[in-house]
Amino acid sequence: MTATLVVPTALRGFTERKSELSLEGATAGELLEALVALYPDIRPHLFDGEGALRGFVNVFVGEVNIKGTGGLDTPVKDGGSVMIVPAIAGGAGSFPSAGGGRIR
Amino acid sequence: MSVVPDGRLADLTKEELARYSRHLLLPEVGLEGQKRLKAAKVLVVGTGGLGSPLALYLAAAGVGTLGLVDCDLVEPSNLQRQVIFGTRDLDRPKTAAAADRLKALNPGIKINAYNLRLTSRNALQILADYDVVADGTDNYPTRYLVGDACVFLKKPNVYASVFQFEGQATVFDAERGPCYRCLYPSPPPPGLVPSCGEGGVMGVLPGILGAIQASEAIKLIVGGGRPLVGRLYLLDAWLMRSAEVKLDKNPDCPVCGKNPVITELVDYEQFCGLKGETEREIPSMTAGELKSRLDAGDRVQVVDIREPHERSLFKFDGALPVPFGQLVRRKDEFDPQSDLVFICKIGQRSLYAIRALREAGYGGPMFNLRDGINAWAREVDPELTVY
Repeated sequence: MTATLVVPTALRGFTERKSELSLEGATAGELLEALVALYPDIRPHLFDGEGALRGFVNVFVGEVNIKGTGGLDTPVKDGGSVMIVPAIAGGAGSFPSAGGGRIR
Repeated sequence: MSVVPDGRLADLTKEELARYSRHLLLPEVGLEGQKRLKAAKVLVVGTGGLGSPLALYLAAAGVGTLGLVDCDLVEPSNLQRQVIFGTRDLDRPKTAAAADRLKALNPGIKINAYNLRLTSRNALQILADYDVVADGTDNYPTRYLVGDACVFLKKPNVYASVFQFEGQATVFDAERGPCYRCLYPSPPPPGLVPSCGEGGVMGVLPGILGAIQASEAIKLIVGGGRPLVGRLYLLDAWLMRSAEVKLDKNPDCPVCGKNPVITELVDYEQFCGLKGETEREIPSMTAGELKSRLDAGDRVQVVDIREPHERSLFKFDGALPVPFGQLVRRKDEFDPQSDLVFICKIGQRSLYAIRALREAGYGGPMFNLRDGINAWAREVDPELTVY
C-alpha cells in the first residue's frame, strides 16, 4: 500500500527539502519506518531511544491524531495521507538568550 | 458565550460609534459585541513577529485594555517582520515602542506595558487580570509556562507559532478542549529543532498567523463564530497549502487531565532541558583557540554543518562542508585521528551534531566551536558579517 507522507518544514533538511513523499506501508509506523530507511538522520527527531514517538511530535492520519487511534499501529488507507506535526516555537534561539517573554 | 461578563459592559461614546462603525454594521458583532471589545482585557505575551499584527489589530478593533509582555530591545533583524516597530525604534524596549505605536493608532484604549520576563513567580499575577491570553512567544519554556498558567487560571490561550514557511494556530481552552500539554506533552531537547534565528522565517508568515490570533481573540470576546478550540490550523505559506486537524483532550494530561499531577507552575527551564549538562559534557573551543590551532598547523578538521545557502553568506576557508542532515550518513568521511571542530551559526546545532555522531558510534575527538561562526566574526575576523 502506498500513502503520502507530508513532511513539515522543520524536517525538510533531512529529506532533500521534499515536502511530500510517496511511501509504502500499511500503518503509520510502517510509513515512518520507510521514511527513516530513506533518511536515517531523521530517526532521533521522531523516535526516542525505545522507539516511541517523541512527545513533541504528532502524527495525523487524515485529520485524526494517531495518539487516540492505536498509535503507530494505526492503519493507513491506500492513497491516504499522513502528516507529521512537530512542535515549533519560532524565535531567536532554542536557548533562552534572546527573544520575548523569556523566563529566568 | 463571551469571555467578558455582562456586568462590565459600558456605553460607547459618539466618537467610538463612528470609529467602530464597520464592526457595528456586522450583526454578529453589533453594539453589544463592540461594548464587549471595549470592556475586554487581552494579554499579548511576546511583542515580536506574532505580537505585532496581533496587538495592532486588537488595538484597532477597540479592545479596551491590552497588556504587552516582552523584555527585549528592538534589533535590526526584527524589522523584517515585526511591523509594529519602525527603524527609529532600534534599541528601544519593545514594549515601550509598541505602546507608543498602539496609542497613536487608538488613543482610546489602555496599554499595560510589562518590560520583563514572564516567570513562574510573576505569571499568575500578571495573567489573572486578563480575559484572554495570546501566546506569541518564541521559546518552549515560556510556551509551557503560559499554557499551564492558563489552565490553572481557566483562561483561553490563543496560540500560534511559526517556523520558516510554516505556521500553526489553535485556541487552547482546557475548560472545553485540549491544552498545550495535551498536544505536546514534552518539548524537543535543546538544539534538536532549529530556531528561527538559525532556520529563518518568512517575514509575512507571523503576520498571517498573528492576524489569525487577533481574529480568534475577537471571536472569544464577542462570543460568536466557531473558535479554533479542538482544532489545529496548519499553514505552509510556501506551498500555500493549509490543513486542519482535530485535537483531543488527553485524559491523562498531567495538567488538565482527570488526575492532574502538576497543580502549580514549575521550573520551565529545567522541564525544557535548558539546565542540563549538554554544553559542559561536550568539549568546546573558543574562536581564538581554534584560530591558534589552525595557525599552528595542528591536525584539526573544521566541519561546517550549515546549509549550502548559509555557507554562501559566510564561507569558512578550509572547512569540510557536511550539512547537519547528512552527518550520520557521511560519518566515514571523517578522520578519527583528527580533532574535528564543528561549526554552525551560533554554536547550537553543532552541539547536537556532536551528540548525534556520538550516538551513531563515531569515536574520534570532537569539539564545538563555542558561539559559532558569529563568535569567529566578532573575535577573529571583524570584517565578516554577522548574519
